[in-house]
Amino acid sequence: MPVIVGLWCVAAFFAVAVLAVAAGRHRSGTPLVYGSAFLVSVVALVAALAALLNAPAGAAALHLPLGLPWIGAHFRVDALSAFFLIVINLSGAAASLYGVGYGRHEPSPMRVLPFYPAFLAGMNLVVLADDAFSFLVAWEFMSLASWALVMAHHTVAANVRAGYIYLLMASFGTLCLLFAFGVLAGPAGQYSFAAMRTSSPDATLALIAFAAALIGAGSKAGLVPLHVWLPLAHPAAPSHVSALLSGVMTKVGVYGFVRIAFDLIGEPTPWSGLVVLGVGGITAVLGILYACLQHDLKRLLAYSTVENIGVIFVGLGLALAFEANGLDSMAALAMTAALLHVFNHSLFKSLLFFGAGAVLTGSGERHMDRLGGLIHRMPKTAVVFLVGCCAISALPPFNGFVSEWLTFQAILVSPQLPQLTLKLMVPVVGALLALSAAFAAACFVKAFGVTFLGRPRTPAAEAAHEVDGFSLAAMMALAVLCLAAGVFPGMLIDLTAPVVTSLVDARIPGQAALPWLSIVPIAQSRSSYNGMIILLFLASSGTLTAAVIHRFATRATRRSAIWDCGFPLAAPNTQYTSSSFAMPIRRVFGATLFHVREYVDMPRPGDMRPGHYRVKVFDPAWRFVYGPLARGISVTASRLNGLQFLTIRRYLTLVFFALIVLLIVVATWR
Amino acid sequence: MALIYDFLAQGVQVAIVLMIAPLVLGVTRKVRARLLRRVGPPLLQPYSDLWKLMHKEAVLAHNASWVYRVAPYAMFAATWVAAGLVPTYAHSLVFSWAADLIAIVALLGTARFALALAGLDVGTAFGGIGSSREMLIASLAEPAMLLVAFTVALIAGTTQLSAVAYHMMTSEVGLRVSLGLGLFAFVMIAIAENARIPIDNPATHLELTMVHEAMILEYSGRHLAMVEAAAALKLTLYFSLLICMFIPFGLAPAGAPLPALALGMAAYLGKVLVLAVLLPIGETAVAKMRVFRYPVFIGSAFAAAVLAVFLLFVSQRF
Repeated sequence: MPVIVGLWCVAAFFAVAVLAVAAGRHRSGTPLVYGSAFLVSVVALVAALAALLNAPAGAAALHLPLGLPWIGAHFRVDALSAFFLIVINLSGAAASLYGVGYGRHEPSPMRVLPFYPAFLAGMNLVVLADDAFSFLVAWEFMSLASWALVMAHHTVAANVRAGYIYLLMASFGTLCLLFAFGVLAGPAGQYSFAAMRTSSPDATLALIAFAAALIGAGSKAGLVPLHVWLPLAHPAAPSHVSALLSGVMTKVGVYGFVRIAFDLIGEPTPWSGLVVLGVGGITAVLGILYACLQHDLKRLLAYSTVENIGVIFVGLGLALAFEANGLDSMAALAMTAALLHVFNHSLFKSLLFFGAGAVLTGSGERHMDRLGGLIHRMPKTAVVFLVGCCAISALPPFNGFVSEWLTFQAILVSPQLPQLTLKLMVPVVGALLALSAAFAAACFVKAFGVTFLGRPRTPAAEAAHEVDGFSLAAMMALAVLCLAAGVFPGMLIDLTAPVVTSLVDARIPGQAALPWLSIVPIAQSRSSYNGMIILLFLASSGTLTAAVIHRFATRATRRSAIWDCGFPLAAPNTQYTSSSFAMPIRRVFGATLFHVREYVDMPRPGDMRPGHYRVKVFDPAWRFVYGPLARGISVTASRLNGLQFLTIRRYLTLVFFALIVLLIVVATWR
Repeated sequence: MALIYDFLAQGVQVAIVLMIAPLVLGVTRKVRARLLRRVGPPLLQPYSDLWKLMHKEAVLAHNASWVYRVAPYAMFAATWVAAGLVPTYAHSLVFSWAADLIAIVALLGTARFALALAGLDVGTAFGGIGSSREMLIASLAEPAMLLVAFTVALIAGTTQLSAVAYHMMTSEVGLRVSLGLGLFAFVMIAIAENARIPIDNPATHLELTMVHEAMILEYSGRHLAMVEAAAALKLTLYFSLLICMFIPFGLAPAGAPLPALALGMAAYLGKVLVLAVLLPIGETAVAKMRVFRYPVFIGSAFAAAVLAVFLLFVSQRF
């Protein structure tokens, strides 16, 4: 039943895409398309929720005679896909609702409207697919639809470059996944996931498939050093699409990895856990450090996505390591942490991108150094954006803290791992995770503080206006969910329990029956957290104090000019900017890691020309991975270019030798 | 009846930290002044300061937003809740399970987040400099603190502070390399987080050297009182944390008879007093650092904490 509903929803998304082609040019086309996409998402969300609640009853599968004739197309909804369907369609519904209002400002709606439902359809289809062929087709369809959305504003040169790099990375990722599935399918060519599940590949092949899956799915999720396309492509799209790219499509990447590594390959090895842990830790720290140095609000958010993907992969790596050693209940804890962070990140990252979109609509700017003081002009957006910032900075009582807390708890049980290498790796990763949590707070103090607080830095910021009701409704719904998921995390944990059980054969204890709605991942004597009590305490002590002071002391308030130690400077550009806020962090951490260079051009006394200060920041991935790679390819290509201009005798010799070599290969292979 | 008694015991703890916080600050100031051959303010001066500030009119800049007005209360509430959940005179109190050590560190993070935003709200250069530097210090001190939390959690097998204190008190933990490193890191973090010398000078009004004071430069009246009270609470909270994690002897169990509880309270107050005397002695012995020396200072705390966790991962006996 859930498969059929899911597939009908995909079909409905395609129908909406066709409708968009037909009605996109009409004025009422935009609300019509987004409104229908919203309805379809809600239906898919409800169906997925029902499927997850019924998950213990077993998975629903469907075989359609589509696609390749001797394979057909398999679709299936189990607990894992139901969970990711919830993530996709919850943010999808919010983004569609947001789009009803935001889409009106779109200068070229025909470049967005048809691709938007198609993108949602593609993501749903990836999660529904149950054989390698339909998975890859859906994956590639999702990539192409999102590429079209990234290229929506193709007249901007930077977006064209972003689209090009995205296309390259997406095809590379799909190639790796194709390879992984090829290895898993084996010589018999069993392309259905059911067959892959039952067959157990030997250790070497499993390792190759695992590595290919990590690279392929990791490039979509944004693991360092495969993240380079992400901060370029995500901001280029319209903001509600950015939210989907960052909040949801990266999660589809996570889904691909989890599906292959935990479900299809079978027994993991400790080494795979080690690699994933290391990559996750590095991704988390580099992602958030780079986010701290950004000036563009949407790019900052995109880099922070890289960080959160790192946190998720740390959880997954721990789960792999525990699972490999048969420590099932700990694997369940780590897996729960990772899944919870998948859900939480999809909520607050969508919220923050919507907020960035609102800022863009309201002021026409997304460069933080040209904003400021928006809290007065856009009060409602400011509140919800602040909620998002608190949640992503892992502050209690919001939801980001819960998943981070669970990840820390999983790290704290890992001394029980037998392998020494893992024992040495986990504390390092724990330290990296702790660092990234602290940087996240710095990063989002900057994001909110520079954008919404202070004085307006430009006339555009001064003239900003609040956004429409649909956008606000979408943002508020997500903000409420962020708080609710932080205050009642036990319900979420219980919801993910069937997913965790299906992946690691264990679950963490049920949370619903615990008194006061606390969460207790292992045992009461070990650790517990209660978001509701914390929220109650915070609210009551804060209001109580305020009430007491207002009642018994004074509530007199006077407005006056800024004091600023006696020398207030009227010019708003004397305020701290995003670059000056990040300067200490840049100087302390960036000099070696990011090769930060500062250039100061100070005119001599008496010279009237303006001074200049420039900062250059290099992404180490470009410097150390892609730069050499591109140069290598270009050198090889120019060498090989010589092959075009040979005589016929040489070509014949070449063909002859190629034949010999191939025959030798075939002979030794057999 | 038992429940009322439990709530009362928790309430006493929540109240006691709030009540002694200004006194702790008064003691440190007095000792510091005596060490500098000054008479110093009376011990109860911080109470009078808070009282005076609360009754003064609050002056707000024209463009101050609600963030600026709410932040002092939010910061105070978060610090107070955190301080009320750290075991002081008794362990296993009724709400001791509501937040563990990691959550308490995160609650302090919430307080700092609120204050750093308030520093940026009016849009002055000083507020910005304070916020930016505070976040730099936090970006090293908070992970170091989390790693200290990991250290004690790995030794005690729990992150519950109450259970940590109980474990440290009853079982044969003994002298350990990891605990020593953890204590070393914790003291440095506490100095950095509480804006004490050599990281920050709580008495300074020299603009370019201040961090904490720069952020709250625009505050006045009751808002300033809240910020000051929160700062005092934070100092007491760090003392309580140190006592609870490293020297928890004398802690009474929650349901103990009154004399035992009184003994626990006396032990706690005595230990806080000793720490409040030790802090200014340490402070007067060193000079304040310049800003870009901070990472070396807090970084060494971070390194020590990482080393402690590392050792514990290698063997539980370290």
